[in-house]
Amino acid sequence: MIELIRRLLRTPQGALGLSIVALVLVLILVGPLAAPHDPDTMAPLVRYKGPSPAYWLGTDQYGRDILSRLLYGARATVVMAFLATALGSIVGAVVGTLSAFLGGRADEAIMRTVDAVMSIPSLLFALLIANLLGKSSVDAVMAIGIAFAPGMARITRSVALTVRKQDYVHAAIARGEGGAYIVLREMLPNVVAPIIVEATLRIAFAVMLFATLSFLGLGAQPPASEWGLMVAEARRFMHLSPWMILWPSLAIALVAIGFNLLGDGLRDALNPRT
Amino acid sequence: MSLSYLLKRCGLTAYTLIVVSLIVFAVTQVLPGDAATMLLGENATPAALAAVRDRLGLDAPIWVQYGHWLGGVLQGDFGTSLRTGQAVGPVMVEALGRSLLLAVLAIGFMLSLALPLGILAAVRRGRAADLLVGFVSYIGVSLPEFVTATLFGLLFADWLQWLPATGYVPMTENPASSLAHLVLPVLTVSVMLIAHVSRMVRSELVDVLHTDYIRAARLKGLSARAVLLKHGLRNALLPTITIVALDVGYLLGGVIVVEEIFALPGIGRQLIVAIEARDLPAIQAGALIMAATYSVVNFAADVAYAWLDKRIQYD
Repeated sequence: MIELIRRLLRTPQGALGLSIVALVLVLILVGPLAAPHDPDTMAPLVRYKGPSPAYWLGTDQYGRDILSRLLYGARATVVMAFLATALGSIVGAVVGTLSAFLGGRADEAIMRTVDAVMSIPSLLFALLIANLLGKSSVDAVMAIGIAFAPGMARITRSVALTVRKQDYVHAAIARGEGGAYIVLREMLPNVVAPIIVEATLRIAFAVMLFATLSFLGLGAQPPASEWGLMVAEARRFMHLSPWMILWPSLAIALVAIGFNLLGDGLRDALNPRT
Repeated sequence: MSLSYLLKRCGLTAYTLIVVSLIVFAVTQVLPGDAATMLLGENATPAALAAVRDRLGLDAPIWVQYGHWLGGVLQGDFGTSLRTGQAVGPVMVEALGRSLLLAVLAIGFMLSLALPLGILAAVRRGRAADLLVGFVSYIGVSLPEFVTATLFGLLFADWLQWLPATGYVPMTENPASSLAHLVLPVLTVSVMLIAHVSRMVRSELVDVLHTDYIRAARLKGLSARAVLLKHGLRNALLPTITIVALDVGYLLGGVIVVEEIFALPGIGRQLIVAIEARDLPAIQAGALIMAATYSVVNFAADVAYAWLDKRIQYD
């Protein structure tokens, strides 16, 4: 673990990504404590204000403090994206490992179906599922998780195929272990590293997808301070205060950049080819 | 490329389309809210509701409904919109045309920037230009389309007033105005593609430049330019076909958002309108047409790749 972090810090991507993600994690943990104002308190006299000493990032259409809303919204945005990615990764990993374990016809059938599901663009798929489930954050998390599962299954399977040929799997088969035991206890733990890399990159995508669903009205609902929703609401008032759009946009971009960098850094750190 | 490969690939595409149609039907048909109530409103009498359910076949088992729907789709009949009462197919196909124009312009624009940027980064690997392209592309892949669209709109339409903020003008009516309305949508959906494709081109070219045949070409005294153009690019750019085809999936997602923001009446906007109105036949048609477009593009890309790259022998 310490060795991994040391290798991560050696590449510029890894170091920068790790710092940004660590910062975001700290903000998620202590954000509500550090927020200078209550995120829902309206102040009609200080609407549409730019940055000032009292309101560092300005105020929105109800005079609510944007910084405080962003700090509270970090949980609503990043944690949800994390949960969605975790859901998609777990489902995908199990399907992918199972497919590699079964092999032959079953593998072929599962993978062709996974390919077919992947031919529905992620956003479209997530839109359809969110539409089916309902308009809320939890439904959006489910939708993104389901939309991610096929891609994760594909990646997991390709790694699991090499694991499948390892002696410890043959040994487990020879011992007469059941299929579930071999998939869950012998194979899955050994395909985890590439899954973590892919999942890290996908958190970036999930943050964006989740914000997009909220933006389209199918994710978090007002008065939540989810970042995509903040951009959606701010669009109506962008002539009065561009700051309202700028800050949540920057927050989304920063988190996505952080996870993208960390994912690339992890990939280099976990398989040192060069 | 062998005939058997072509046949196998056709079979796969057909299977894909069947799975997609099943998914689209499944996730829309089990929607909460009954289509008959949707059509007649809250105050409809039970008798009228029953009559409509009977007419739409909503009481039949789900697989009968699927068969009926798929049969219609195969004959080009996507059903009637619950919202407008018009046939859904022609409306969606017309909207698809507008979206395809947007998509083709975006891909053209993207390639004209992403290829030179990727090549520049690979040739100057580790130098300032490479780092700059890499840095900018990280920003590019980290901005969701709705953010880019909003920021572009704010900058180019509101502050600079160079371009119209929203709307659509048919090409046949006023080509100049039509193009002006397309600039911001094209720019927006291109950002992520440029960032992604330039990174891919860079990594492909970096790999190719390390191969033995490139070293051989250098050693036999070819100029750096000739090595790059004749031996490097040809091999590095081939995989770009597949990458661009896969990115069409992102592009279609981006198109949904961008059309909604810039009020461009393409298939993405039709789909959003249909979802908001719970217009089942329209949602099904829109989703199916989009997914089918993506499958067909990937099929074409795979065939083109197999045809261009003589080393690949599929069987």
